[in-house]
Amino acid sequence: MLQPPADRPFAPPPAVAAPDLDPMRTVPFRVAGLHVDNEDTFTLELTPPAGHELAPFKPGQFNMLYVFGVGEVPISISGDPDRPGVLVHTTREVGAVTQAMRGLRIGDAIGVRGPFGSSWPVEAAEGRDVVLIAGGIGLPPLRPALYHVLARRERYGRVMLLYGARTPEDMMFPDELAKWRAMFDLEVHVTVDRATGNWRGNVGVVTPLVKRAPIDPRRTVAMICGPEIMIRFACQELARRGVSPQDTYVSLERNMKCAVGLCGHCQVGGHLVCRDGPVFSYDQVERLLDQGEV
Amino acid sequence: MAVRRLEAAALDALFGALRRRGYTLVGPTLHDGAIVYDELDGADQLPIGWTEVQDAGHYRVVRRDDDARFGYTVGPYAWKRYLHPPALRLWRAERDAEGGFELLDDAHEVPRYAFVGVRPCDVAAIAIQDRVFMGGAHVDHDYQARRAGAFIVAVNCTEPGGTCFCASMDTGPKARAGYDLLLTEIVEPGRNGQRAEPVYLLEVGSERGEELLSELGGRPARDDEVAEGERRLAEAADKMGRTLDTHGLADALRRSLDNSRWDEPAARCLACGNCTLACPTCFCNTVEDTTDLTGAFAERTRRWDSCFTHDLSYIHGGPVRVSLKSRYRQWATHKLGTWMEQFGTSGCVGCGRCITWCPAAIDLTEEVAAIAASAQARATRRQARVAPSPETGKGVGDAATTR
Ligand SMILES: Cc1cc2nc3c(=O)[nH]c(=O)nc-3n(C[C@H](O)[C@H](O)[C@H](O)COP(=O)(O)OP(=O)(O)OC[C@H]3O[C@@H](n4cnc5c(N)ncnc54)[C@H](O)[C@@H]3O)c2cc1C
Ligand code: SF4
Ligand code: SF4
Repeated sequence: MLQPPADRPFAPPPAVAAPDLDPMRTVPFRVAGLHVDNEDTFTLELTPPAGHELAPFKPGQFNMLYVFGVGEVPISISGDPDRPGVLVHTTREVGAVTQAMRGLRIGDAIGVRGPFGSSWPVEAAEGRDVVLIAGGIGLPPLRPALYHVLARRERYGRVMLLYGARTPEDMMFPDELAKWRAMFDLEVHVTVDRATGNWRGNVGVVTPLVKRAPIDPRRTVAMICGPEIMIRFACQELARRGVSPQDTYVSLERNMKCAVGLCGHCQVGGHLVCRDGPVFSYDQVERLLDQGEV
Repeated sequence: MAVRRLEAAALDALFGALRRRGYTLVGPTLHDGAIVYDELDGADQLPIGWTEVQDAGHYRVVRRDDDARFGYTVGPYAWKRYLHPPALRLWRAERDAEGGFELLDDAHEVPRYAFVGVRPCDVAAIAIQDRVFMGGAHVDHDYQARRAGAFIVAVNCTEPGGTCFCASMDTGPKARAGYDLLLTEIVEPGRNGQRAEPVYLLEVGSERGEELLSELGGRPARDDEVAEGERRLAEAADKMGRTLDTHGLADALRRSLDNSRWDEPAARCLACGNCTLACPTCFCNTVEDTTDLTGAFAERTRRWDSCFTHDLSYIHGGPVRVSLKSRYRQWATHKLGTWMEQFGTSGCVGCGRCITWCPAAIDLTEEVAAIAASAQARATRRQARVAPSPETGKGVGDAATTR
């Protein structure tokens, strides 16, 4: 059989601790908490069944959430990695499965497989400035990284959150945003595509925030989550500011059926997003995303 | 282990020996004008005296003038349908009264197959799917169980087909590993209306295979018999219906995503997915979650999928690969390029199925060779532009000289 070229060696992924568990079997968790964030977004707090220990997760990882008989979709973990015992997911209702998920009530069961995937480089970013850039529903997958950094604030340089939403009403976690904005050692800049009500803040996409932010390119590690087009513009702007693609991390969304590298759906070139991502450094995927339809 | 020589009747003994050990026998058989794989009762169900003519978009079975049992190459089926079935229930779940549900512990027994007549390309294809389903951090449990139980009787190819290019892909025409038993069929052309009976050279690849030997009869092969087998296999390597230069191919494809040459296959491709279904390594699959009429039971079924569908890459708002061009490009670059990064081997073994079974007669070897040639031309042009000119010592592309 033909082997990979020497300059692009294949590194087999590390084995998991308990490979004897069938990775396709879901575990029925219970909805313990339910919060409607805004018109189409909701947050679920899930607890495991008796006897099942909740696996620790890293910021940026996701679970496959299964609604009985309807389907299963990848959703990032939006909770605090330092808060054990409860699993938090924030979901936007866009289609069949997420709609059915929205219909769940406290006490209902929801299947969970995971956690899967790579994570935000919160440890590698110690000693550096951290710039988090989120668009819309891209804030929840970044929130665990922010929790992690804020809990160890002294280990980081400047910390910045740049966030863009469609309208002020679409803004995720408004109470927390207010709290974060009040913190002296966290800079928060938000913008909306369309101002409504008595909005007096920035209007427009998130890219100008990146342009204006006090970024020191040599010290910065950037983490970006949002629609792919927003990711690309933000990355281009960061590159223009001198932040290297190796220091720029993005989370990619692709169709996923298995989340364990066995179904082929989430390929992006030589990457399987579920296995090698969803968090990539931008230099790994820039060429592919620029090409489009990959 | 020394090579043995068997008479044709040894195949009956082989079938019997495998059946006595509890294997379900699967092998090639003639069905509806094609040689397909099916469960077989005896060696008499093999396509005795048949071969096939294959070309791009073309397949026809024809009679041979001998009684070869394995005088053909590969048909529309691949062994993956037994190791990774087209549809498989993964689990069932039952709802309880309190809004919860529970996964049922269905006893899950997999069949134990003996595959008889696995060609070298397909032996390699099984090794590739092993890497996909068992080589990573997460293992496909059903595949693993089926694979552990499978007994493989491989058959070398002394007569490659019209779309074969295993020699280019380094997988055939002789199998090197991955079998329990390996046969080389030697048959002389029929004479004066007399149909010749084949004889076999037998090599052993595993303890399981070794353990069967005493029941197969035959005798140690003489050196000249072994040499004759080798000679026929070496000759076969030079008679491949297709060839593919794989040198630097993966890199050329990686650099050619924007090549307009992809428009050509895209203009002919019907997105039927035949190539992915026929391919012995294509593994993409999807799951379907359903409930019964009462809503009390749910189940998950895994099904083969194809990168030629829009659904495969669908995310909210639309598929990632909208154009047919992007889907054909995905398939070809995956098979011969990105598969290496994902699983450490090529995704193509050169079996030729995708070429034969494409209704539009698109030939993978021709398409990627054209892409690679154009990538090469591009690289040469680029080099010419930056290469130092003999007079000035400066490149033509050097700003100082051109201005
Ligand atoms: C790693 C990862 C993390 C994600 N994290 C979140 C999150 O934290 N919050 C959130 O609201 N959404 C998240 N998504 C997107 C979410 O998975 C989709 O919105 C969801 O799959 C839509 O399913 P649906 O059945 O409701 O929609 P439909 O449009 O009916 O989709 C049909 C099917 O297509 C697939 N699909 C559709 N859209 C997507 C998509 N964007 N990504 C992957 N598969 C898709 C699913 O299999 C889905 O069942 C994430 C996606 C990925 C890949
Ligand atoms: S890509 Fe074509 S030639 Fe290669 S293994 Fe698949 S079907 Fe055979
Ligand atoms: S390349 Fe041929 S076989 Fe494959 S999807 Fe297109 S038309 Fe069908």
